[in-house]
Amino acid sequence: MIALDTTDRLILREMTNDARPSSGALAQKLGLSQPATWRRITRLTEAGVLTGKRVRLDAGALGLGVTVFLGIKLATKGRVSLEDFERAVTAIPEVQVVQHVLGLYDYRLRVVARDLADFERVLRRRIMTLPGIGDVEANVLLSEERRPGPLGV
Amino acid sequence: MLKIDDADRRLLRHLQENASASVAAIAARAGLSTGVAARRLDRLTRAGVIQGYGAGINWRALGYTIEVSLRVTLDKTQGNAFDALIAAAREIPEIDEIQTFLGRVDVRLNVLARDLAHYQDIYRNRILALPHIADIEALMLVANVKNTESLPI
Repeated sequence: MIALDTTDRLILREMTNDARPSSGALAQKLGLSQPATWRRITRLTEAGVLTGKRVRLDAGALGLGVTVFLGIKLATKGRVSLEDFERAVTAIPEVQVVQHVLGLYDYRLRVVARDLADFERVLRRRIMTLPGIGDVEANVLLSEERRPGPLGV
Repeated sequence: MLKIDDADRRLLRHLQENASASVAAIAARAGLSTGVAARRLDRLTRAGVIQGYGAGINWRALGYTIEVSLRVTLDKTQGNAFDALIAAAREIPEIDEIQTFLGRVDVRLNVLARDLAHYQDIYRNRILALPHIADIEALMLVANVKNTESLPI
């Protein structure tokens, strides 16, 4: 595990928001030297803290207007059924997130679709036909806010 | 709204796969010239389809080994329940995602903690102090089976 100082936290905050600027531009913004900033970014990357640049797309503008979170309980449990379920569910392109969880459900899923009719098609044809599937609960996403997380500076 | 054609979709697909690749590399994969690809990416950015580029953070590498999805039901007899809860949740740095839903769950809070003792402390002292909560269910993350921000485009 890597220890962070205030400058590291500032760099992480900036980079999660905008990973595009060069280390020079970032250095200027934070009042650091370019080599010092570059060294810190390299250290954070090598420690596995920074995990690569990702593009943020407007799902709605691309015709994907509906996001639904699903809670899923498996009807049958056992090593084989978990593996079968996981293999099948990860292959569905509309499923962005699959998390194995402990609690009321066994898995939580994030699913995108064009609209509610399209979501119903995905639910009926792809989700409800998954091996071992039991109870399914659906909640339609209305708003979402990503926070920086525990990077208190 | 901006009209998005197949060439745009190919570009965005490759950009989602590897946002760190150069424009030339993405253009080649999408079967376009670098100039055409650069103009199209610029147009998609100006139209807000490409919202930005952010670095991911691996919280485990920072010692946050616990991740819990809290499903909150609100006391809807309070008119400002949503706004009050969300405003208070923003003050808790360990919460990195806040979503609202149409369904049985009203709000989802994603909580990061260093260990179970730290989680218990956040839960008892910060989460349970949030306003207008009628009920909370917790799903503790065991494993990320699939976690992609990628859209099926």
